[in-house]
Amino acid sequence: MSSAVSAMKIHQPLPLPTTATRSPETPLFDPFKSNSSFLGSTHKLRINSLKSASSGYRRSAVVAVSDVVKEKKLNNSSMVNLITKEEGLELYEDMVLGRAFEDMCAQMYYRGKMFGFVHLYNGQEAVSTGFIKLLKKEDSVCSTYRDHVHALSKGVPARAVMSELFGKTTGCCRGQGGSMHMFSKEHNVLGGFAFIGEGIPVATGAAFSSKYRREVLKEADCDHVTVAFFGDGTSNNGQFFECLNMAALWKLPIIFVVENNLWAIGMSHLRATSDPEIWKKGPAFGMPGVHVDGMDVLKVREVAKEAVGRARRGEGPTLVECETYRFRGHSLADPDELRDPAEKAHYAKRDPITALKKYMTENNLASEAELKAIEKKIDELIEEAVEFADASPHPSRSQLLQNVFADPKGFGIGPDGKYRCEDPKFTEGTAHV
Amino acid sequence: MVAIIQGIGAATALSSSSSFDSKGFQLSTVKYFPERKATSFVVRSDGRLIPGSNLKARNVSGRLVTNAVAAKADTSATSTASKPGHELLLFEALREGLEEEMDRDPRVCVIGEDVGHYGGSYKVTKDLAPKYGDLRVLDTPIAENSFTGMAVGAAMTGLRPIVEGMNMGFLLLAYNQISNNCGMLHYTSGGQFTIPVVIRGPGGVGRQLGAEHSQRLESYFQSIPGIQMVACSTPYNAKGLMKAAIRSENPVILFEHVLLYNLKERIPDEEYVLSLEEAEMVRPGEHITILTYSRMRYHVMQAAKTLVNKGYDPEVIDIRSLKPFDLYTIGNSIKKTHRVLIVEECMRTGGIGASLTAAINENFHDYLDAPVMCLSSQDVPTPYAGTLEEWTVVQPAQIVTAVEQLCQ
Repeated sequence: MSSAVSAMKIHQPLPLPTTATRSPETPLFDPFKSNSSFLGSTHKLRINSLKSASSGYRRSAVVAVSDVVKEKKLNNSSMVNLITKEEGLELYEDMVLGRAFEDMCAQMYYRGKMFGFVHLYNGQEAVSTGFIKLLKKEDSVCSTYRDHVHALSKGVPARAVMSELFGKTTGCCRGQGGSMHMFSKEHNVLGGFAFIGEGIPVATGAAFSSKYRREVLKEADCDHVTVAFFGDGTSNNGQFFECLNMAALWKLPIIFVVENNLWAIGMSHLRATSDPEIWKKGPAFGMPGVHVDGMDVLKVREVAKEAVGRARRGEGPTLVECETYRFRGHSLADPDELRDPAEKAHYAKRDPITALKKYMTENNLASEAELKAIEKKIDELIEEAVEFADASPHPSRSQLLQNVFADPKGFGIGPDGKYRCEDPKFTEGTAHV
Repeated sequence: MVAIIQGIGAATALSSSSSFDSKGFQLSTVKYFPERKATSFVVRSDGRLIPGSNLKARNVSGRLVTNAVAAKADTSATSTASKPGHELLLFEALREGLEEEMDRDPRVCVIGEDVGHYGGSYKVTKDLAPKYGDLRVLDTPIAENSFTGMAVGAAMTGLRPIVEGMNMGFLLLAYNQISNNCGMLHYTSGGQFTIPVVIRGPGGVGRQLGAEHSQRLESYFQSIPGIQMVACSTPYNAKGLMKAAIRSENPVILFEHVLLYNLKERIPDEEYVLSLEEAEMVRPGEHITILTYSRMRYHVMQAAKTLVNKGYDPEVIDIRSLKPFDLYTIGNSIKKTHRVLIVEECMRTGGIGASLTAAINENFHDYLDAPVMCLSSQDVPTPYAGTLEEWTVVQPAQIVTAVEQLCQ
């Protein structure tokens, strides 16, 4: 098999007093079977060819866990106990919502209703649903530019997100943020960031707030956790490492979720990363690192339960690497020519929604009709969201200067001695500032 | 260097009332926002006090220093107020302001390198960690971008953090977070999240600290929308601006100067908060308006001594608010003197002076009798050698020459 690393020894996680990580029994990458001297030059590396050699991989959902996160032997027979019918329907509905919404986004984009950079989440729904459906309203979620579905899963109404994408005042950010900046104070969605890595410190800050409330402000029941979502490309960024350090150092209630979809626009993860196993970077900083199959919502949910539980108990952060895949290009402007069709087909077979549907029907948790009804309901919801967004007004001129400052005195004092924001033209948006 | 301005000395403009009337413009009533609390007083640069301000045992107007020429600190003790106040150094004033705000609001916390156990590399946070705990005065690892971002995230979720850059120059590493998140998140979230952070630290050219420790970041940050920038120069305004910045809902960058931390001044015992958007009248005059801030204020006042001896009467304004500019105070002055000299420590290119020149030309062109002159530091990385370093920043002699040239 072709190897991702050349001439490197297998990384053993550092033996740390707090967490001990088990090395994978079935290594994803075998360094001794390298046929490439320089990784960067190999553009034919395909993840599925790596996996075929490690036979144990597909059966075990969790490849590498720490002692704290117990490994669950997941096979079909034990999965029956994983979710109840209600939970299953909730997960199904959330994933269908995410998928239908993103598909509608693509339609609307090509019809000229939204512009700019739009990054769709098709194929990765299991990660968002698996984690966010375990959270409370007060818990925070921080994302990247691929944030529509995170916002939807957290509870932001579809009509608010669609309006925001259309750039209307009724959008969740009044039309001022756009696709890459979804925020919701009510649902504690902290964004929506255009630069990768930028949101991780913000998530760390939210986790710091939670700890501060508990220990300094003495709000004893404050156990809010923060989940930070980001991609494989981000895991090579300095802010990622700096935040792993601080979160582990101060035992912040945060979960770092790497949505490893193997591609950062056109850069294969294997070409960009010296050690592609991102979960290993957790133990290096003193926190558990977990790898999970991100195309299976139930497995993600199991890992998420452990990680969220850890954070709530004050035991500190966890790094979870979800192996997932985006069915569409990086953005709607991406021609997506670099990815091997075989790879895409491989992952299309593991569509999380189809998988959950199959699981639920096979285990008699729901009938086809019930699931169809959910799909219909979601379709109607999305249609309604589009209608709402279409009917909503565009922002007026007067909105231009609002929200620049929380305290508009920040615009300063004009030559006439009055604060600029007192100028009536200010609210009209025509004032000179 | 000595503190020139004492307590209420900022209100000296009232004395030269004739100059206000002569041009015929009126001081329009300034409306204030209802949420401004009257628990402390705020002094405007024209000497007026906010209605409802706390005037307990002082009769301010009768105690103004009418001619705040460069003077030693010991002779100025009489001018501060009926109460003697207390004397302290600038870094202690900053600490006092910080401590008062931390006492007042438990959500105020400090984040930075060596702010806790070490007490701050310039001792601004000395003894605060033992008092408030290690979480409220947080010693961070050396990761400016991330801990600044962490402060932004904490601010979004309800805390009021103060980020200390050990040296302002280090905050270049945090530029991503300051520009994208600090400045913009309130807007891109449609007003949902406020970011009440204060980012502060010492900058400016010190004594042979080398190029990278002698940076003036005010010019780099000034274009960022959504932030305010202020520069303190005396213990009095340091404390007042620190408190104002902490109380502000906007992200504020407070620029301190490495060489000004040991300035001594007598400041009032009562609580006071200064306005973040206003400039400070240091010395009223007739012939020329000199606009300055931070350390250059002292070079200007030194030059003013020489100028006064030569028969000139410069009006010196410490602009304090680097973004936004207080065009009212500045404008009134220009309308009186018709000549402007800007003295700053920023680089020549794209500095605060450059922006200020543009703003003045745009707004007050008709009132100028001469082109606006701007004295800035040379566009060079600050050299280590003492002689070279001296020549990179503006010295009093150059200021005198410039004034003489402008006033011909």
